[in-house]
Amino acid sequence: MNLLWREALLAFRRTRTLSALSVTTIAFALFVSGLFGLVALNMRAAISRVEERVEVIAFVHRGTPTQTLTVAGQDIAAFPEVLTVSYVSEEDALERARAELVEFEDAYKDLEVNPLPASLELRLKPGFRDAASAGNVAERLRSFEFVEDVRYGEDWVHRLDTLRKMAALIGLGIGLAFALVSIVIIGVTIRMTVLQRAREIQIMRLVGATDWFIRGPFLLEGAIKGFLGGLIAVGLCAAVFGAFRAQSIALGTGLLFFGPAQAVLLLIFGVLLGFGGSLFSVGRHLRNV
Amino acid sequence: MPVIPRLVYLPVVIRFTKVSKRYPTGTGPAVEAMTFHVGRGEFVFLTGHSGAGKSTVLKLMYGEERPTEGDVRVSGFGVGHLGRDELPRLRRRLGIVFQDFRLLEDRTAAENVAFALEATGSRADVIPQRVARVLEQVGLANKSESFPRELSGGEQQRVAIARALVNDPPVLLADEPTGNLDERATRGVFALLTDINAAGTVVVMATHDLDLVRHAARRTLEMRDGRLVYDSSADAGVDP
Repeated sequence: MNLLWREALLAFRRTRTLSALSVTTIAFALFVSGLFGLVALNMRAAISRVEERVEVIAFVHRGTPTQTLTVAGQDIAAFPEVLTVSYVSEEDALERARAELVEFEDAYKDLEVNPLPASLELRLKPGFRDAASAGNVAERLRSFEFVEDVRYGEDWVHRLDTLRKMAALIGLGIGLAFALVSIVIIGVTIRMTVLQRAREIQIMRLVGATDWFIRGPFLLEGAIKGFLGGLIAVGLCAAVFGAFRAQSIALGTGLLFFGPAQAVLLLIFGVLLGFGGSLFSVGRHLRNV
Repeated sequence: MPVIPRLVYLPVVIRFTKVSKRYPTGTGPAVEAMTFHVGRGEFVFLTGHSGAGKSTVLKLMYGEERPTEGDVRVSGFGVGHLGRDELPRLRRRLGIVFQDFRLLEDRTAAENVAFALEATGSRADVIPQRVARVLEQVGLANKSESFPRELSGGEQQRVAIARALVNDPPVLLADEPTGNLDERATRGVFALLTDINAAGTVVVMATHDLDLVRHAARRTLEMRDGRLVYDSSADAGVDP
C-alpha cells in the first residue's frame, strides 16, 4: 500500500508539467460541467418557484352555507394532490380585488352588491403541479354541488409543462454531451501520461510485475488528479458564481450555488473520471504491449 | 573453434521443438523450424548476423512473442499457450538484459534494482540487503546512489544485470549485452556473466561479437535467416 502511494506521488514529481496539465484539463472539463450544472440547478429552482403558483380555484354558488364549505374543505384537503385549501369569502375576495387591482379602485369603491363569488383556493403538492394533476383535481371539484366553476389557468399550466419537459431534455442532452467531452479530454490526457511512462511499464513487465501491480499507481494517480481537478472546478465555479452575483444584484438574489452534497458529487465525478480514464488507458496500453 | 561438451544428463531448462515464428507483416519467417535445448548450468551463445533471428529467439523464451508453430518450454512453462496471468510468473524465473540497458533514468542504481523486487511483491524489509548484496556481486557497491547518467556504459549494464539477478532467477537471457560497450567494458561484463553462470544460473547470450565467442569457448548456436545452422555441442557428439 505504501509502495502504491509512493509510486503514485513519485509519478507526480517526475512528470510535473504533464501532471499539472492533466489536473488543469480535468479541472476545466469539470468546471464547464459544473457551470452547466449551476445553470440547470437554477433553471430547475426557477421552474419550481413558478410551479408554486399553480393553484386550482373552485368558485362556489352564492349562499352556500359556510358549514358545508368547511366540511367539504376537509374532504378536499384529503385529496392526495392537495397541499392546502383556503376559503376566500365574498368579502375577502372584494378586499383582495381592491388591494391588488388598483386601476379598478373606483369601480370597486361604491358597490352596493358584492359581485365577487366566494371560493376555495387549492395549492398542490410538489410533483402534482402539472396540467394532468391539476385537471384531475378540477374534475373532482366540479362534482361538488356547491361548485359553480373551477379555474386553474389551463393554458398556463400546459405551457409550464412544456417548459419543464424542454428544460429536462436540454439538461440531459447538454449534460451528457459535456460529460462525454470531459471523459474524452481526460482520457486523452491520461493516455499521454501512460505513453510517457511506457518505458517504465515495459520494465515492470519484464521483471515480472502483474498487470494489477502496474495498474495500481496509475489508478491512484488518476483518482488523485480527478480529485484535485474537482476541487479546482468547484473553486472556479464558486468564483464565477460570486462574480456573476456581484455584477447582477437584481438577478442574483434568487441564484443558488451547489449544496455540499452537489459539490461532493462533482468531486466524486472527478475521481471517477480520473480513475476510469486511467483504467481504460492503462488497460489498453497493457493489451498492446 | 574450441568446443565444450555438454553433458547429456543435465535437466533441460529451455527446450525448442520445431519452433517457427512468422510476423504478419514480415516477408519470411523470423525463426524457422528450430529445435534445440539448453540444460541446467549451461552458458550458451546465440550468434548470427543482424536480422538472423537471435532477438526473436530470446523473445520467444521470455514470452514477448509466441511461436507460430512448434513448442517452446522455458523453466517448466509452455510459452506457446501461456495465459496472461502466467506471463509474470515466467518472467520472475528469468533475468533479462538488453543492449540499451533499459534503466529508469530518474532512479538511482539501487532504486533501479529495488524496483524489480518491489514490482514482484518482495517484503519491504528484505529489499535493502538484497539490493546491496547483488550490487556488491556486480562490483557496484560504491555506486549504489548514482543515477544512470552518472555511470559509464559498462556500469549501467552491470546495474541492469544486478536488476536481472536480484530475484535469483535460474535463467539469465542477455540480448547483445555488450553491443554498446567498448572492449574493456565488454570483457568486464562477460566475466561477470561467466561468474553468474559458474554460480549455477543458465545464461543465454545473443551476440554478433565473434571475437568474444571464439575466445570464450562456450556452447554456440549460430543462426542464419531464422534457421539454426550450427550447434557446437553437436560437434562434441551430443544431439542438440
